[in-house]
Amino acid sequence: MIETDQLTRCYGNLTAVDALTMRVEPGQVLGLLGPNGAGKSTAMRMIAGFLVPTSGTARVCGHDVSREPLKAKRALGYLPEGAPSYGEMTVREFLQFIVRMRGFKPDTGYRRFEAVVQQLQLEEVLGLCIDTLSKGLRRRVGLAQAILHDPPVLMLDEPTDGLDPNQKHAVRQLIDVMARERTILISTHLLEEVHALCNRVVIIARGKLLADATPAELEARSRYHGAVSFSAPGSGMSQEMLGRLPQVAAIEVDPLDGRITVFPKPGERILEPVETLLREQGLEVSEIQLERGRLDEVFRQITTTDGSAVGSRA
Amino acid sequence: MTPVNAVLRRELRSYFVTPVAYVFLVIFLVLAGILTFYAGDFYERGQADLQPFFVMHPWLYLILVPAITMRMWAEETKGGTLELLLTLPLTLWQAMLGKFFAAWLFIGLALVLTFPIWITVNYLGSPDNGVILASYLGSWLMAGTFIAIGACLSALTRSQVVAFILTALVCVLLILVGQPQVLDFFSGTLPRKLINAVAHLSMLRHFEAIARGVLDVRDLLYFLLSMVGWLVAGVLLLDLKRMR
Repeated sequence: MIETDQLTRCYGNLTAVDALTMRVEPGQVLGLLGPNGAGKSTAMRMIAGFLVPTSGTARVCGHDVSREPLKAKRALGYLPEGAPSYGEMTVREFLQFIVRMRGFKPDTGYRRFEAVVQQLQLEEVLGLCIDTLSKGLRRRVGLAQAILHDPPVLMLDEPTDGLDPNQKHAVRQLIDVMARERTILISTHLLEEVHALCNRVVIIARGKLLADATPAELEARSRYHGAVSFSAPGSGMSQEMLGRLPQVAAIEVDPLDGRITVFPKPGERILEPVETLLREQGLEVSEIQLERGRLDEVFRQITTTDGSAVGSRA
Repeated sequence: MTPVNAVLRRELRSYFVTPVAYVFLVIFLVLAGILTFYAGDFYERGQADLQPFFVMHPWLYLILVPAITMRMWAEETKGGTLELLLTLPLTLWQAMLGKFFAAWLFIGLALVLTFPIWITVNYLGSPDNGVILASYLGSWLMAGTFIAIGACLSALTRSQVVAFILTALVCVLLILVGQPQVLDFFSGTLPRKLINAVAHLSMLRHFEAIARGVLDVRDLLYFLLSMVGWLVAGVLLLDLKRMR
């Protein structure tokens, strides 16, 4: 479990993290979402015990990171931003260094070493210098380091940054497998990642917590939630008809591909009426789709400074 | 103590993986040899001792120890590995001690490798080997103090060059502060007691005392306390970095 209470960090006049209070439970994969410079990494660095909070507290598995730092660090696996590691070491040397630092006995340590090497498919690069590895491989070495002691709490700062789609998929699968009985906190600015991995999302900007919800709840806040979109050639007339439906709030046409999106009035379901109308009109419609909502739109809406967005909480 | 050991081993290995260790050893051994025979008049003195050898050590350390210690923390800060290291389950003290002992053991190895000169002097005459042993000990203690200074000042900055220059500067001050020329310069302006106190800070004075073969507790304490003091300062600096 990770708990923060009014966690605050200032750099001079700048408040990087502003009274952040949150709680991540076992079984949860929480995505910490925010624009660059929002304070995600600073918050994680405080939870990991690297930076001292200006005020407030953070606890890992009940251990205060300031008062019982070693206990907190033992319970935590942490991948810092950019996955730093000692470039002049080989992958094997580096992981063995972590084994020793984690205080394993030689036999259990070796078993854990073997396990993570297999999990992250590092067998072939064990003898290579970390400096010579690709970005993706380095990230995997960093992940191996973080999960080596099989920690109950895992905190990953942009774990898939710089990976190709296949590697991203592999890392997400790994996190998925690990998620079951662990507490996982991931920072990211990739919205697709939220869909793929997280069952909870916290959005922060300028150090403040702005939203705390499930991905589905966030999507429900989108203008696109419940909207129906379709492509139909020669649909000029049907637009007018659609606009007259009592449930419809607005209609938009994509200027590029002519795709039509029909927005519902709040609380209305419009898929059926729209379909019925189109059928009655005898229009040939290709791929009609009910939209779940667009996270990128919600993200922009929440994190851009127009005053109204700041402070709205789910 | 496992974490100290783990850090120590990692550091030592990194010396030998990068050319640092070999460059250091070669330069140290070559310079120590040349300086002893040419600048130190090893033969011309006609005495079977290693005094001309040990008298050069402070000056060798002045250049070479900062080169070993400059990367100690500066490199970790710059490369981001400091975040990795400090989020592993170890205290700042354990990290500092691991790094310090790695460097100190390494200098110890360099000293051990000067054994041919000890064989030479034993072949040429019959020196007092007790004095030579004491001199080695004194030299190693002095190196430890230089390393502690370097470890502290490397924690101050993320630039290795700055760490090197600051360390060399502090070390040269500590060598020179007890020299008669320096003390004479201040004797007109400063009170006698203060000058005496300052003279006692001189590294050279304590090293020379040990190198004469007299193991005085005060000289040993001087080196040990200096090391502890500079290491404490280094740990405090690292802690400050986490708060700033």
